[in-house]
Amino acid sequence: MKVLVCISNVPDTTTKVGFSDNNTKFNTQGVQFIINPYDELALTRALEITEKQGGTVTVVNVGLADTEPSIRKALAIGATDAVRINAEPVDAYFVAEQIANYAKNEGFDFILTGRESIDYNGGMVAGLLGEMLGMPSINVITSIEIENGIAHLERDIDGGREKLDCSLPFVAAAQKELTEPRIPNMRGIMAARTKPLKVVEPTGTEAPTKSISFELPAPKGACKLIDAANAGELISLLHNEAKVI
Amino acid sequence: MKIVVFAENQNGNFKKSTFEAVAYAAGIASSTNGSVTAVSIGTISDDKLAELATYGADQILSYAQESLNTFTGEAYSQVLNHAVEVAGAELVVISNTYSGKMVAPRVAAKLKAGMASGVVSFPNTSNGFVVRRSVFSGKAFADVNMSSSKKVVAITPNSFTIAENAKAVNIQTADASIDAASVRTKSIEVSIASGKIPLTEAELVVSGGRGMKGPENWHLIETLADTLGAATACSKPVSDIHWRPHTEHVGQTGITIKPNLYIAIGISGAIQHLAGVSSSKVIVAINKDPEAPFFKAADYGIVGDAFEVLPMIIEAAKKLKSAS
Repeated sequence: MKVLVCISNVPDTTTKVGFSDNNTKFNTQGVQFIINPYDELALTRALEITEKQGGTVTVVNVGLADTEPSIRKALAIGATDAVRINAEPVDAYFVAEQIANYAKNEGFDFILTGRESIDYNGGMVAGLLGEMLGMPSINVITSIEIENGIAHLERDIDGGREKLDCSLPFVAAAQKELTEPRIPNMRGIMAARTKPLKVVEPTGTEAPTKSISFELPAPKGACKLIDAANAGELISLLHNEAKVI
Repeated sequence: MKIVVFAENQNGNFKKSTFEAVAYAAGIASSTNGSVTAVSIGTISDDKLAELATYGADQILSYAQESLNTFTGEAYSQVLNHAVEVAGAELVVISNTYSGKMVAPRVAAKLKAGMASGVVSFPNTSNGFVVRRSVFSGKAFADVNMSSSKKVVAITPNSFTIAENAKAVNIQTADASIDAASVRTKSIEVSIASGKIPLTEAELVVSGGRGMKGPENWHLIETLADTLGAATACSKPVSDIHWRPHTEHVGQTGITIKPNLYIAIGISGAIQHLAGVSSSKVIVAINKDPEAPFFKAADYGIVGDAFEVLPMIIEAAKKLKSAS
Protein backbone atom coordinates (compact mmCIF):
# COMPACT_ATOMS: atom_id res chain seq x y z
CA MET A 1 0.00 0.00 0.00
CA LYS A 2 1.29 3.43 -0.93
CA VAL A 3 0.00 6.26 1.21
CA LEU A 4 0.51 10.02 1.04
CA VAL A 5 0.02 12.26 4.08
CA CYS A 6 -0.11 16.04 3.62
CA ILE A 7 1.38 17.99 6.49
CA SER A 8 1.28 21.64 7.32
CA ASN A 9 3.73 23.57 9.49
CA VAL A 10 1.78 25.64 12.04
CA PRO A 11 2.39 27.75 15.15
CA ASP A 12 2.15 25.85 18.43
CA THR A 13 -1.32 25.98 20.01
CA THR A 14 -0.07 28.10 22.92
CA THR A 15 1.09 30.87 20.56
CA LYS A 16 -0.03 34.37 21.36
CA VAL A 17 -1.06 35.55 17.91
CA GLY A 18 0.29 38.88 16.68
CA PHE A 19 0.97 40.57 13.35
CA SER A 20 3.71 42.68 11.81
CA ASP A 21 4.26 44.93 8.77
CA ASN A 22 1.17 47.03 9.42
CA ASN A 23 -0.94 43.94 10.23
CA THR A 24 -0.25 42.27 6.91
CA LYS A 25 1.93 39.39 8.15
CA PHE A 26 1.77 36.86 10.96
CA ASN A 27 4.54 37.71 13.40
CA THR A 28 6.68 34.58 13.65
CA GLN A 29 9.13 36.06 16.13
CA GLY A 30 9.60 33.70 19.06
CA VAL A 31 6.93 31.35 17.71
CA GLN A 32 7.48 27.61 17.95
CA PHE A 33 6.26 25.69 14.89
CA ILE A 34 4.85 22.18 14.97
CA ILE A 35 3.22 19.65 12.64
CA ASN A 36 -0.45 20.56 12.44
CA PRO A 37 -2.04 18.32 15.13
CA TYR A 38 -4.70 16.86 12.80
CA ASP A 39 -2.05 16.09 10.18
CA GLU A 40 -0.06 14.28 12.85
CA LEU A 41 -3.09 12.09 13.59
CA ALA A 42 -3.44 11.38 9.85
CA LEU A 43 0.23 10.39 9.72
CA THR A 44 -0.03 8.13 12.77
CA ARG A 45 -3.09 6.35 11.42
CA ALA A 46 -1.41 5.87 8.01
CA LEU A 47 1.58 4.29 9.80
CA GLU A 48 -0.66 1.98 11.82
CA ILE A 49 -2.30 0.76 8.60
CA THR A 50 0.93 0.24 6.65
CA GLU A 51 2.68 -1.41 9.60
CA LYS A 52 -0.10 -3.98 9.71
CA GLN A 53 -0.71 -4.44 6.00
CA GLY A 54 2.65 -3.46 4.49
CA GLY A 55 3.45 -0.39 2.46
CA THR A 56 5.01 3.05 2.59
CA VAL A 57 3.97 6.43 3.90
CA THR A 58 5.23 9.54 2.13
CA VAL A 59 4.71 12.96 3.71
CA VAL A 60 4.37 16.04 1.54
CA ASN A 61 4.57 19.65 2.62
CA VAL A 62 4.25 22.84 0.62
CA GLY A 63 6.61 25.27 2.26
CA LEU A 64 9.99 26.97 2.28
CA ALA A 65 13.11 25.47 3.88
CA ASP A 66 12.05 26.62 7.38
CA THR A 67 9.40 23.85 7.50
CA GLU A 68 12.05 21.12 7.42
CA PRO A 69 12.17 20.56 11.22
CA SER A 70 8.48 19.57 11.08
CA ILE A 71 9.14 17.32 8.08
CA ARG A 72 12.06 15.66 9.93
CA LYS A 73 9.76 15.12 12.89
CA ALA A 74 7.25 13.36 10.60
CA LEU A 75 10.10 11.13 9.42
CA ALA A 76 11.08 10.49 13.04
CA ILE A 77 7.51 9.46 13.86
CA GLY A 78 7.88 6.87 11.11
CA ALA A 79 7.18 8.19 7.60
CA THR A 80 9.20 6.39 4.90
CA ASP A 81 10.21 9.46 2.95
CA ALA A 82 9.25 13.09 2.42
CA VAL A 83 8.71 15.62 -0.32
CA ARG A 84 8.85 19.36 0.17
CA ILE A 85 7.39 21.50 -2.58
CA ASN A 86 9.49 24.60 -2.35
CA ALA A 87 6.95 27.42 -2.25
CA GLU A 88 5.19 29.77 0.14
CA PRO A 89 1.75 28.22 0.81
CA VAL A 90 -0.27 31.26 -0.26
CA ASP A 91 -3.76 29.73 -0.10
CA ALA A 92 -5.49 26.35 0.00
CA TYR A 93 -6.11 26.26 -3.75
CA PHE A 94 -2.44 26.83 -4.47
CA VAL A 95 -1.35 24.19 -1.95
CA ALA A 96 -3.83 21.61 -3.25
CA GLU A 97 -2.81 22.24 -6.84
CA GLN A 98 0.87 21.79 -6.01
CA ILE A 99 0.18 18.54 -4.18
CA ALA A 100 -2.13 17.33 -6.97
CA ASN A 101 0.54 18.01 -9.59
CA TYR A 102 3.05 16.01 -7.57
CA ALA A 103 0.68 13.16 -6.64
CA LYS A 104 -1.11 12.58 -9.95
CA ASN A 105 1.50 10.20 -11.38
CA GLU A 106 2.64 8.61 -8.13
CA GLY A 107 -0.12 6.00 -7.81
CA PHE A 108 -1.00 6.54 -4.15
CA ASP A 109 -3.66 4.15 -2.81
CA PHE A 110 -5.02 6.85 -0.56
CA ILE A 111 -4.15 10.32 0.67
CA LEU A 112 -4.76 11.70 4.15
CA THR A 113 -4.78 15.29 5.36
CA GLY A 114 -5.79 16.86 8.66
CA ARG A 115 -9.32 18.21 8.86
CA GLU A 116 -7.97 21.77 8.91
CA SER A 117 -4.79 23.57 9.83
CA ILE A 118 -4.97 25.29 13.19
CA ASP A 119 -3.57 28.54 11.76
CA TYR A 120 -5.70 29.37 8.71
CA ASN A 121 -8.53 26.91 9.52
CA GLY A 122 -9.51 26.54 5.87
CA GLY A 123 -10.38 22.85 5.87
CA MET A 124 -10.33 22.93 2.08
CA VAL A 125 -7.27 21.00 0.92
CA ALA A 126 -8.80 17.50 1.10
CA GLY A 127 -11.82 18.46 -1.03
CA LEU A 128 -9.79 20.49 -3.51
CA LEU A 129 -7.25 17.72 -3.85
CA GLY A 130 -9.92 15.05 -4.31
CA GLU A 131 -11.59 16.97 -7.11
CA MET A 132 -8.28 17.85 -8.78
CA LEU A 133 -7.21 14.19 -8.77
CA GLY A 134 -10.67 12.87 -9.68
CA MET A 135 -11.01 10.98 -6.40
CA PRO A 136 -13.69 11.02 -3.70
CA SER A 137 -12.84 13.14 -0.67
CA ILE A 138 -14.23 12.34 2.75
CA ASN A 139 -14.25 14.97 5.43
CA VAL A 140 -13.54 14.62 9.07
CA ILE A 141 -13.10 10.91 9.50
CA THR A 142 -12.90 9.42 12.97
CA SER A 143 -12.17 5.86 11.85
CA ILE A 144 -10.58 4.15 8.86
CA GLU A 145 -9.85 0.49 8.08
CA ILE A 146 -8.72 -0.85 4.70
CA GLU A 147 -9.91 -4.29 3.63
CA ASN A 148 -9.54 -5.84 0.14
CA GLY A 149 -9.25 -2.52 -1.62
CA ILE A 150 -12.20 -0.97 0.20
CA ALA A 151 -11.95 1.62 2.96
CA HIS A 152 -14.47 1.44 5.78
CA LEU A 153 -14.76 4.91 7.25
CA GLU A 154 -16.71 6.84 9.83
CA ARG A 155 -17.18 10.56 9.61
CA ASP A 156 -18.74 13.29 11.72
CA ILE A 157 -21.93 14.81 10.31
CA ASP A 158 -24.11 17.54 11.80
CA GLY A 159 -25.48 16.08 15.01
CA GLY A 160 -24.21 12.55 14.42
CA ARG A 161 -22.05 10.05 12.61
CA GLU A 162 -22.04 8.35 9.21
CA LYS A 163 -20.49 5.00 8.32
CA LEU A 164 -19.43 4.76 4.71
CA ASP A 165 -17.39 2.66 2.32
CA CYS A 166 -15.14 3.89 -0.46
CA SER A 167 -13.01 2.10 -3.01
CA LEU A 168 -9.37 3.12 -3.46
CA PRO A 169 -7.97 5.64 -4.27
CA PHE A 170 -9.45 8.50 -2.26
CA VAL A 171 -8.60 11.49 -0.09
CA ALA A 172 -9.77 11.75 3.53
CA ALA A 173 -9.35 14.38 6.24
CA ALA A 174 -8.52 13.30 9.79
CA GLN A 175 -10.56 14.37 12.79
CA LYS A 176 -9.60 13.90 16.43
CA GLU A 177 -10.42 10.42 17.70
CA LEU A 178 -8.87 8.82 14.57
CA THR A 179 -5.96 7.69 16.73
CA GLU A 180 -3.56 8.90 19.41
CA PRO A 181 -0.44 10.81 18.35
CA ARG A 182 2.94 9.06 18.66
CA ILE A 183 5.99 10.50 20.30
CA PRO A 184 9.09 9.79 18.21
CA ASN A 185 11.66 7.60 19.94
CA MET A 186 15.44 8.00 19.80
CA ARG A 187 15.79 5.38 17.07
CA GLY A 188 13.22 7.17 14.97
CA ILE A 189 14.94 10.51 15.48
CA MET A 190 18.31 9.04 14.44
CA ALA A 191 16.77 7.30 11.40
CA ALA A 192 15.00 10.48 10.32
CA ARG A 193 18.34 12.20 9.69
CA THR A 194 19.13 9.93 6.78
CA LYS A 195 15.66 9.30 5.36
CA PRO A 196 15.09 10.80 1.92
CA LEU A 197 13.66 14.34 1.85
CA LYS A 198 13.21 15.40 -1.75
CA VAL A 199 12.75 19.07 -2.62
CA VAL A 200 10.77 19.76 -5.77
CA GLU A 201 10.12 23.13 -7.35
CA PRO A 202 6.52 24.36 -7.62
CA THR A 203 4.64 24.39 -10.90
CA GLY A 204 3.69 27.85 -12.06
CA THR A 205 0.21 28.43 -10.79
CA GLU A 206 -1.26 31.50 -9.22
CA ALA A 207 -3.17 31.57 -5.94
CA PRO A 208 -6.74 32.84 -6.46
CA THR A 209 -7.02 34.35 -2.96
CA LYS A 210 -4.70 36.19 -0.61
CA SER A 211 -4.94 37.30 3.02
CA ILE A 212 -4.27 41.02 2.75
CA SER A 213 -4.58 42.09 6.37
CA PHE A 214 -5.19 40.75 9.86
CA GLU A 215 -6.90 42.05 12.96
CA LEU A 216 -7.14 40.89 16.54
CA PRO A 217 -10.60 40.75 18.11
CA ALA A 218 -11.61 43.78 20.18
CA PRO A 219 -10.75 43.28 23.87
CA LYS A 220 -13.61 42.41 26.22
CA GLY A 221 -14.92 44.92 28.73
CA ALA A 222 -14.72 44.20 32.47
CA CYS A 223 -16.36 41.05 33.80
CA LYS A 224 -19.43 41.69 35.97
CA LEU A 225 -19.15 39.53 39.07
CA ILE A 226 -22.19 38.00 40.73
CA ASP A 227 -22.11 36.91 44.37
CA ALA A 228 -22.04 33.11 44.60
CA ALA A 229 -24.61 33.17 47.42
CA ASN A 230 -27.01 34.84 45.03
CA ALA A 231 -26.11 32.91 41.88
CA GLY A 232 -29.69 32.81 40.57
CA GLU A 233 -29.26 36.52 39.83
CA LEU A 234 -27.26 35.44 36.74
CA ILE A 235 -30.44 34.27 35.01
CA SER A 236 -32.23 37.61 35.41
CA LEU A 237 -29.12 39.48 34.18
CA LEU A 238 -28.94 37.23 31.11
CA HIS A 239 -32.65 37.73 30.52
CA ASN A 240 -33.08 41.44 31.27
CA GLU A 241 -29.67 42.99 30.70
CA ALA A 242 -27.84 40.84 28.12
CA LYS A 243 -31.15 39.69 26.59
CA VAL A 244 -29.74 36.38 25.38
CA ILE A 245 -32.24 34.07 27.09
CA MET B 1 -23.82 39.50 -9.07
CA LYS B 2 -25.48 36.16 -9.85
CA ILE B 3 -25.27 33.85 -6.88
CA VAL B 4 -25.92 30.15 -6.33
CA VAL B 5 -26.64 28.98 -2.76
CA PHE B 6 -26.53 25.39 -1.60
CA ALA B 7 -29.87 24.89 0.22
CA GLU B 8 -28.94 21.90 2.36
CA ASN B 9 -31.77 19.91 3.89
CA GLN B 10 -31.82 17.27 6.57
CA ASN B 11 -34.54 14.64 6.04
CA GLY B 12 -36.68 16.98 3.98
CA ASN B 13 -36.36 20.02 6.25
CA PHE B 14 -34.13 22.99 5.60
CA LYS B 15 -31.66 23.77 8.31
CA LYS B 16 -31.37 27.12 10.02
CA SER B 17 -27.91 27.41 8.49
CA THR B 18 -29.52 27.13 5.04
CA PHE B 19 -31.82 30.11 5.62
CA GLU B 20 -28.82 32.01 6.92
CA ALA B 21 -26.92 31.27 3.69
CA VAL B 22 -29.89 32.26 1.51
CA ALA B 23 -30.36 35.51 3.45
CA TYR B 24 -26.61 36.21 3.17
CA ALA B 25 -26.70 35.68 -0.60
CA ALA B 26 -29.80 37.88 -0.87
CA GLY B 27 -27.93 40.62 0.98
CA ILE B 28 -25.10 40.50 -1.56
CA ALA B 29 -27.52 40.29 -4.48
CA SER B 30 -29.40 43.39 -3.42
CA SER B 31 -26.24 45.48 -3.10
CA THR B 32 -24.81 44.26 -6.42
CA ASN B 33 -27.98 44.28 -8.49
CA GLY B 34 -27.84 40.50 -8.73
CA SER B 35 -30.01 37.47 -8.18
CA VAL B 36 -30.07 34.39 -5.96
CA THR B 37 -30.61 30.83 -7.16
CA ALA B 38 -31.12 28.41 -4.26
CA VAL B 39 -30.22 24.82 -5.09
CA SER B 40 -32.04 22.04 -3.28
CA ILE B 41 -30.83 18.46 -3.68
CA GLY B 42 -32.94 15.38 -2.93
CA THR B 43 -36.67 14.85 -2.44
CA ILE B 44 -38.43 17.70 -0.64
CA SER B 45 -41.95 19.17 -0.65
CA ASP B 46 -42.87 22.32 -2.58
CA ASP B 47 -44.04 23.94 0.67
CA LYS B 48 -40.58 23.54 2.08
CA LEU B 49 -38.96 24.78 -1.12
CA ALA B 50 -41.12 27.89 -0.98
CA GLU B 51 -39.55 28.78 2.38
CA LEU B 52 -36.37 29.61 0.49
CA ALA B 53 -38.19 32.45 -1.30
CA THR B 54 -39.09 33.95 2.09
CA TYR B 55 -35.41 34.61 2.75
CA GLY B 56 -34.63 36.03 -0.67
CA ALA B 57 -34.24 33.28 -3.28
CA ASP B 58 -35.31 34.63 -6.68
CA GLN B 59 -35.21 31.17 -8.18
CA ILE B 60 -35.30 27.74 -6.61
CA LEU B 61 -33.71 24.89 -8.51
CA SER B 62 -34.81 21.51 -7.21
CA TYR B 63 -32.79 18.42 -8.09
CA ALA B 64 -35.24 15.95 -6.62
CA GLN B 65 -33.98 12.68 -8.07
CA GLU B 66 -34.31 9.92 -5.55
CA SER B 67 -30.73 8.82 -6.19
CA LEU B 68 -29.66 12.13 -4.65
CA ASN B 69 -31.41 11.59 -1.33
CA THR B 70 -28.17 10.29 0.15
CA PHE B 71 -25.42 12.85 0.39
CA THR B 72 -22.12 12.20 -1.36
CA GLY B 73 -19.50 14.85 -1.95
CA GLU B 74 -18.94 13.59 -5.49
CA ALA B 75 -22.60 13.77 -6.68
CA TYR B 76 -23.59 16.92 -4.77
CA SER B 77 -20.63 18.88 -6.11
CA GLN B 78 -21.58 17.86 -9.67
CA VAL B 79 -25.15 19.05 -9.08
CA LEU B 80 -23.96 22.40 -7.75
CA ASN B 81 -21.61 22.77 -10.68
CA HIS B 82 -24.53 22.13 -13.02
CA ALA B 83 -26.60 24.76 -11.19
CA VAL B 84 -23.78 27.31 -11.49
CA GLU B 85 -23.81 26.79 -15.27
CA VAL B 86 -27.60 27.00 -15.49
CA ALA B 87 -27.71 30.19 -13.43
CA GLY B 88 -24.59 31.70 -14.98
CA ALA B 89 -23.39 32.38 -11.43
CA GLU B 90 -20.10 33.99 -10.43
CA LEU B 91 -20.46 33.33 -6.71
CA VAL B 92 -21.38 30.18 -4.78
CA VAL B 93 -22.47 30.53 -1.15
CA ILE B 94 -22.38 27.49 1.13
CA SER B 95 -22.80 27.20 4.89
CA ASN B 96 -19.79 25.68 6.65
CA THR B 97 -21.70 22.64 7.96
CA TYR B 98 -20.05 19.21 7.80
CA SER B 99 -21.65 18.48 4.43
CA GLY B 100 -21.02 22.02 3.24
CA LYS B 101 -17.34 21.65 4.07
CA MET B 102 -17.20 18.45 2.05
CA VAL B 103 -18.85 19.84 -1.03
CA ALA B 104 -17.60 23.45 -1.21
CA PRO B 105 -13.93 22.83 -2.08
CA ARG B 106 -14.92 20.29 -4.74
CA VAL B 107 -17.12 22.93 -6.36
CA ALA B 108 -14.27 25.43 -6.14
CA ALA B 109 -11.86 23.04 -7.85
CA LYS B 110 -14.37 22.28 -10.61
CA LEU B 111 -14.94 25.98 -11.27
CA LYS B 112 -11.24 26.87 -10.83
CA ALA B 113 -12.59 29.32 -8.28
CA GLY B 114 -10.89 30.87 -5.29
CA MET B 115 -12.50 29.87 -2.06
CA ALA B 116 -12.76 31.33 1.43
CA SER B 117 -14.20 29.33 4.32
CA GLY B 118 -15.19 30.39 7.82
CA VAL B 119 -16.40 33.71 6.43
CA VAL B 120 -17.99 36.09 8.96
CA SER B 121 -18.64 39.23 6.88
CA PHE B 122 -20.40 40.40 3.78
CA PRO B 123 -17.94 41.00 0.94
CA ASN B 124 -16.49 44.46 0.51
CA THR B 125 -16.58 45.10 -3.22
CA SER B 126 -15.30 48.70 -3.21
CA ASN B 127 -11.83 47.51 -4.23
CA GLY B 128 -11.85 43.91 -5.40
CA PHE B 129 -13.81 41.31 -3.46
CA VAL B 130 -12.73 41.11 0.16
CA VAL B 131 -14.27 38.92 2.86
CA ARG B 132 -13.38 38.62 6.51
CA ARG B 133 -12.80 35.16 7.93
CA SER B 134 -11.74 33.95 11.33
CA VAL B 135 -8.24 32.50 11.54
CA PHE B 136 -5.95 31.06 14.22
CA SER B 137 -9.03 29.26 15.55
CA GLY B 138 -10.76 32.47 16.53
CA LYS B 139 -7.69 34.27 17.86
CA ALA B 140 -7.75 36.69 14.90
CA PHE B 141 -9.48 37.73 11.68
CA ALA B 142 -8.05 37.88 8.17
CA ASP B 143 -9.33 39.96 5.29
CA VAL B 144 -9.05 37.87 2.16
CA ASN B 145 -9.06 39.27 -1.34
CA MET B 146 -10.53 36.89 -3.90
CA SER B 147 -9.24 37.66 -7.37
CA SER B 148 -10.56 34.73 -9.45
CA SER B 149 -13.53 35.40 -11.73
CA LYS B 150 -15.61 32.73 -9.95
CA LYS B 151 -15.69 32.50 -6.18
CA VAL B 152 -16.86 30.11 -3.47
CA VAL B 153 -17.67 31.55 -0.04
CA ALA B 154 -18.41 29.25 2.90
CA ILE B 155 -19.96 31.15 5.80
CA THR B 156 -19.69 30.28 9.48
CA PRO B 157 -23.07 29.24 10.95
CA ASN B 158 -24.58 31.73 13.46
CA SER B 159 -22.67 34.66 11.96
CA PHE B 160 -25.50 36.45 10.21
CA THR B 161 -29.05 37.41 11.06
CA ILE B 162 -31.68 35.56 9.06
CA ALA B 163 -33.47 38.51 7.50
CA GLU B 164 -36.74 37.93 5.69
CA ASN B 165 -36.71 39.25 2.15
CA ALA B 166 -39.73 37.67 0.49
CA LYS B 167 -39.65 37.04 -3.23
CA ALA B 168 -42.22 35.49 -5.54
CA VAL B 169 -41.97 31.71 -5.33
CA ASN B 170 -40.28 30.43 -8.48
CA ILE B 171 -39.53 26.72 -8.31
CA GLN B 172 -37.98 24.85 -11.20
CA THR B 173 -37.02 21.22 -11.33
CA ALA B 174 -33.67 20.35 -12.79
CA ASP B 175 -31.69 17.27 -13.59
CA ALA B 176 -27.92 17.04 -13.66
CA SER B 177 -26.37 14.06 -15.35
CA ILE B 178 -24.14 12.57 -12.69
CA ASP B 179 -21.05 10.65 -13.72
CA ALA B 180 -21.99 7.44 -11.90
CA ALA B 181 -18.44 6.04 -12.02
CA SER B 182 -17.15 9.04 -10.07
CA VAL B 183 -19.46 8.38 -7.12
CA ARG B 184 -17.46 5.83 -5.16
CA THR B 185 -18.47 6.61 -1.58
CA LYS B 186 -21.37 4.58 -0.34
CA SER B 187 -23.26 5.50 2.81
CA ILE B 188 -23.76 2.46 5.03
CA GLU B 189 -25.41 3.92 8.09
CA VAL B 190 -26.32 7.34 9.43
CA SER B 191 -26.90 7.85 13.12
CA ILE B 192 -28.16 11.17 14.41
CA ALA B 193 -28.37 11.81 18.13
CA SER B 194 -32.04 12.61 18.49
CA GLY B 195 -33.29 15.68 20.27
CA LYS B 196 -29.82 17.18 20.39
CA ILE B 197 -29.06 20.64 19.13
CA PRO B 198 -25.96 20.57 16.88
CA LEU B 199 -23.23 22.48 18.66
CA THR B 200 -22.24 24.60 15.66
CA GLU B 201 -25.80 25.85 15.21
CA ALA B 202 -26.69 26.31 18.87
CA GLU B 203 -27.49 29.82 20.06
CA LEU B 204 -26.95 28.88 23.68
CA VAL B 205 -24.21 26.57 24.94
CA VAL B 206 -23.52 25.24 28.44
CA SER B 207 -20.03 23.82 28.79
CA GLY B 208 -18.21 21.95 31.54
CA GLY B 209 -14.55 21.44 32.38
CA ARG B 210 -12.47 19.38 34.77
CA GLY B 211 -13.96 21.39 37.62
CA MET B 212 -17.06 19.21 37.22
CA LYS B 213 -14.96 16.45 38.83
CA GLY B 214 -16.43 13.53 36.85
CA PRO B 215 -18.92 12.43 34.17
CA GLU B 216 -21.41 11.45 36.90
CA ASN B 217 -21.93 15.15 37.64
CA TRP B 218 -22.86 16.07 34.08
CA HIS B 219 -26.56 15.90 34.87
CA LEU B 220 -26.14 19.42 36.29
CA ILE B 221 -24.78 20.70 32.95
CA GLU B 222 -27.49 18.82 31.06
CA THR B 223 -30.32 20.03 33.28
CA LEU B 224 -29.25 23.64 32.88
CA ALA B 225 -28.84 23.16 29.11
CA ASP B 226 -32.24 21.48 28.76
CA THR B 227 -33.93 24.19 30.80
CA LEU B 228 -32.44 26.93 28.64
CA GLY B 229 -32.77 25.02 25.36
CA ALA B 230 -28.98 25.01 25.03
CA ALA B 231 -26.48 22.55 23.58
CA THR B 232 -23.82 21.00 25.82
CA ALA B 233 -20.07 21.28 25.27
CA CYS B 234 -16.86 20.54 27.13
CA SER B 235 -13.17 21.44 27.37
CA LYS B 236 -10.31 19.46 25.82
CA PRO B 237 -9.16 17.68 29.00
CA VAL B 238 -12.72 16.47 29.56
CA SER B 239 -12.94 14.89 26.11
CA ASP B 240 -9.34 13.59 26.36
CA ILE B 241 -10.19 11.61 29.49
CA HIS B 242 -13.43 10.45 27.84
CA TRP B 243 -15.85 12.02 30.31
CA ARG B 244 -17.62 13.42 27.24
CA PRO B 245 -17.46 12.60 23.50
CA HIS B 246 -14.94 14.51 21.39
CA THR B 247 -17.83 15.95 19.34
CA GLU B 248 -18.52 18.21 22.34
CA HIS B 249 -14.96 19.51 22.58
CA VAL B 250 -14.79 23.21 21.83
CA GLY B 251 -11.50 25.02 21.49
CA GLN B 252 -8.57 25.40 19.16
CA THR B 253 -8.27 21.70 18.31
CA GLY B 254 -11.99 21.07 18.69
CA ILE B 255 -14.96 22.95 17.34
CA THR B 256 -15.04 26.72 17.07
CA ILE B 257 -18.42 28.10 18.02
CA LYS B 258 -20.03 31.53 18.23
CA PRO B 259 -23.32 31.23 20.10
CA ASN B 260 -25.21 34.14 21.67
CA LEU B 261 -24.45 32.75 25.11
CA TYR B 262 -21.61 30.54 26.30
CA ILE B 263 -21.64 29.42 29.93
CA ALA B 264 -18.34 27.88 31.02
CA ILE B 265 -18.44 25.92 34.25
CA GLY B 266 -15.26 24.66 35.88
CA ILE B 267 -13.14 25.61 32.87
CA SER B 268 -10.05 27.66 33.69
CA GLY B 269 -9.88 29.35 30.28
CA ALA B 270 -6.62 28.21 28.67
CA ILE B 271 -5.70 30.18 25.54
CA GLN B 272 -6.57 27.18 23.33
CA HIS B 273 -10.05 26.93 24.81
CA LEU B 274 -10.72 30.66 24.59
CA ALA B 275 -9.74 30.56 20.91
CA GLY B 276 -12.72 28.35 20.16
CA VAL B 277 -15.33 30.35 22.05
CA SER B 278 -14.15 33.97 22.18
CA SER B 279 -16.50 35.14 19.43
CA SER B 280 -19.53 34.18 21.51
CA LYS B 281 -21.73 37.22 22.09
CA VAL B 282 -22.02 36.83 25.87
CA ILE B 283 -19.69 34.68 27.98
CA VAL B 284 -20.33 33.55 31.54
CA ALA B 285 -17.55 32.00 33.60
CA ILE B 286 -18.22 30.01 36.75
CA ASN B 287 -15.10 28.92 38.58
CA LYS B 288 -13.99 28.64 42.19
CA ASP B 289 -10.57 30.06 41.38
CA PRO B 290 -10.86 33.88 41.23
CA GLU B 291 -7.59 33.93 39.26
CA ALA B 292 -8.97 31.70 36.46
CA PRO B 293 -8.09 33.37 33.14
CA PHE B 294 -11.66 32.86 31.92
CA PHE B 295 -12.82 35.81 34.04
CA LYS B 296 -10.74 38.11 31.81
CA ALA B 297 -12.66 36.90 28.75
CA ALA B 298 -16.10 36.76 30.36
CA ASP B 299 -18.95 39.27 30.52
CA TYR B 300 -20.40 37.77 33.69
CA GLY B 301 -18.61 35.75 36.32
CA ILE B 302 -19.36 33.83 39.48
CA VAL B 303 -16.52 32.88 41.80
CA GLY B 304 -17.85 29.84 43.55
CA ASP B 305 -18.22 26.09 43.76
CA ALA B 306 -20.12 24.76 40.75
CA PHE B 307 -21.95 22.22 42.90
CA GLU B 308 -23.39 24.97 45.11
CA VAL B 309 -23.93 27.56 42.41
CA LEU B 310 -25.47 25.42 39.66
CA PRO B 311 -28.57 24.28 41.56
CA MET B 312 -29.41 27.93 42.28
CA ILE B 313 -28.97 28.87 38.62
CA ILE B 314 -31.04 25.90 37.45
CA GLU B 315 -33.82 26.84 39.83
CA ALA B 316 -33.83 30.46 38.63
CA ALA B 317 -33.79 29.29 34.99
CA LYS B 318 -36.75 26.96 35.61
CA LYS B 319 -38.63 29.81 37.25
CA LEU B 320 -37.95 32.11 34.29
CA LYS B 321 -39.03 29.47 31.77
CA SER B 322 -42.22 28.59 33.60
CA ALA B 323 -43.09 32.30 33.84
CA SER B 324 -42.69 32.86 30.11
